[in-house]
Amino acid sequence: MTRVNIVLLCILVGCALSLVTSRHQARRLTVELEREQSRARQFDVEYGQLSLEQSTWSMPARIEKVARESLRMQLPASTRVEIVEAAGEKAK
Amino acid sequence: MRSVAQKPVPPAELPRNRALVLFGAVGLLFVVLLGRSLYLQWVANDFLQGQGAARFSREIEVPAHRGRIVDRHGEALAISTPVKSLWVFRDKVEASPEQLRKLARVLETTPQQLASRLHGDGEFSFVARQLAPETAEHALGLGINGLYEQNEYRRYYPGGEVTAQVIGFTGDRDAGQEGIELAQQGWLGGAAGSRRVIINRRGEIVEDVAAIRAPQAGRDLALSIDSRLQYLAFRELQAAIERNKAKAGGLVVIDARSGEILALANSPTYNPNRRDKIAREKMRNRALTDTFEPGSTMKPFTIAAALEAGKVHPDSVIHTEAGELTIGKNTIHDAHRAGPLTVEQVIQKSSNVGAAKIALSLPPVTLWKMFSEAGFGTAPATGFPGEVAGRLRAPSTWKPIEQATMSYGHGLSVNLVQLARAYTIFADDGELKPVGLLKNEGAVAGRPVVSATTARAVRHMLELATLPGGTAPQAQVAGYRVAGKTGTARKIEGREYTHKYVASFVGMAPASNPRLIVAVMIDEPTGGDYYGGSVAGPVFSSVMGAALRMLGVPTDAPVDNVVLPPPGALVHEET
Repeated sequence: MTRVNIVLLCILVGCALSLVTSRHQARRLTVELEREQSRARQFDVEYGQLSLEQSTWSMPARIEKVARESLRMQLPASTRVEIVEAAGEKAK
Repeated sequence: MRSVAQKPVPPAELPRNRALVLFGAVGLLFVVLLGRSLYLQWVANDFLQGQGAARFSREIEVPAHRGRIVDRHGEALAISTPVKSLWVFRDKVEASPEQLRKLARVLETTPQQLASRLHGDGEFSFVARQLAPETAEHALGLGINGLYEQNEYRRYYPGGEVTAQVIGFTGDRDAGQEGIELAQQGWLGGAAGSRRVIINRRGEIVEDVAAIRAPQAGRDLALSIDSRLQYLAFRELQAAIERNKAKAGGLVVIDARSGEILALANSPTYNPNRRDKIAREKMRNRALTDTFEPGSTMKPFTIAAALEAGKVHPDSVIHTEAGELTIGKNTIHDAHRAGPLTVEQVIQKSSNVGAAKIALSLPPVTLWKMFSEAGFGTAPATGFPGEVAGRLRAPSTWKPIEQATMSYGHGLSVNLVQLARAYTIFADDGELKPVGLLKNEGAVAGRPVVSATTARAVRHMLELATLPGGTAPQAQVAGYRVAGKTGTARKIEGREYTHKYVASFVGMAPASNPRLIVAVMIDEPTGGDYYGGSVAGPVFSSVMGAALRMLGVPTDAPVDNVVLPPPGALVHEET
């Protein structure tokens, strides 16, 4: 009887200790999770800002201005356009 | 050792009294202890739990931002990014003059302006609104007591004035106030949630206790708009408005197969990124919320009704009575006297008398049914807030003169999107397509209105109108056959027709198998010219040509197909 009790006590102590460790681990992991989540949020915000920037830079109005003014490009007159039909074009 | 041995041996039992006292005292202490613990556990529990929670448990907000609006290719048209506002309670703020000077420099304002915000009436005051997060952090870093931050979102519109009326904008609380932002509030809007967590002494979250309110993230929305076409439409419309010194204008590009609105430009416009002072006038999406009398752009529907009823054939001859027709007390005119015209030529030369005579050969209800099924008199159901239905009266109230004028687009009113949608009938073998501002996945089923034969016959007539001898040779596009109809309507003010005009053009291309429909409306051109062919026609031509090339639509005509008649020989129309 006593031996059984001692074994049970040992198991109890072991369980209690493992509860403490796993609880501690859970907290540590939560901290880590939170940190990663806040990083994810930050990246999300940054993604928004960057796509805003990309959108602003790539607005057709700006592209046209740059093409015309600094690159000195112009639209070819329709008489100077030749239309080449690709082999698969008809099927499309 | 002796002394020890001499000590009297204590009695085997303590005196009973002493034992009782001691036992009682210890027992009492236990009772006190038990009582205390019961008190703490039961009576003071709430208070203690509260205190504990106040130290370690926090309710934190889970932010949710508003969904983005993107065009059909995923190009961003509206994005929310977090910003910060700084605020104070005016009587609680303590700042040295040195700190204020620094704060003014960080906020890029003058100390005077800053002082006026800090020392005005009322307790609460914003010091600066919607700052970049870095700027706000810098300002808070100055260590001014009583200066606080507040997180907000700000909506940015990269397209600015080009997409202004379609997208609309949001108000202070990030809620949609105009346009798509308003119409799709439920879809786009996010609701911040909150959750309860436990933090440790370093302020890190160590345990997630419970979600109090689940955050609802705003969802992204893809529009049918193509930002390249939108810009093209906007640029050409703006140029035409300036060229013709017009009051306003609108331009719609519709995909003839799916009914999606690819571009919807309005003028005058505004910049939604700077909206402190915007006239209400400029916010309106005229193409959807304003109606006008369409004029001759209605004639194809009159002809289609007559063809469907079997009253005429494309080559039936109509006598136009030397360009005048008297009905009761009223006389209607043509801009030019052409003598007998075939039905095709009635459209090509836009003869009012011809259209009126054809209309009068039909019972009112037949004509009404045609107009109604083409979508006139009912709102186009794009889901845009404030779109109007236009006016189409019940056929039982029509007098003969009204039936005659309606045949060429007077006495009823439409909006531009409605007009463009109605032309899908002629573009797609008689089917009216539903139009919308949201991107469609897959094919759309239309509603058959006229037979394919009628649709093709009318399309052929519309093509004639853009060829020399028609009213709109300026609408031709190099490399593509186009089909379309001009409109030159006098505006009605009160009950009188004025000498102000609305010039319009609605057309489609490539005529052999239409892909796009473009509708242009120029309100009150005052640059000398006011005919739909010469004011709206060139806008159609440049937008259609560039749009077809951008979309890579195969050409269906040689590139030197554009033939303009000599300037004196242009065919003009009255309406």
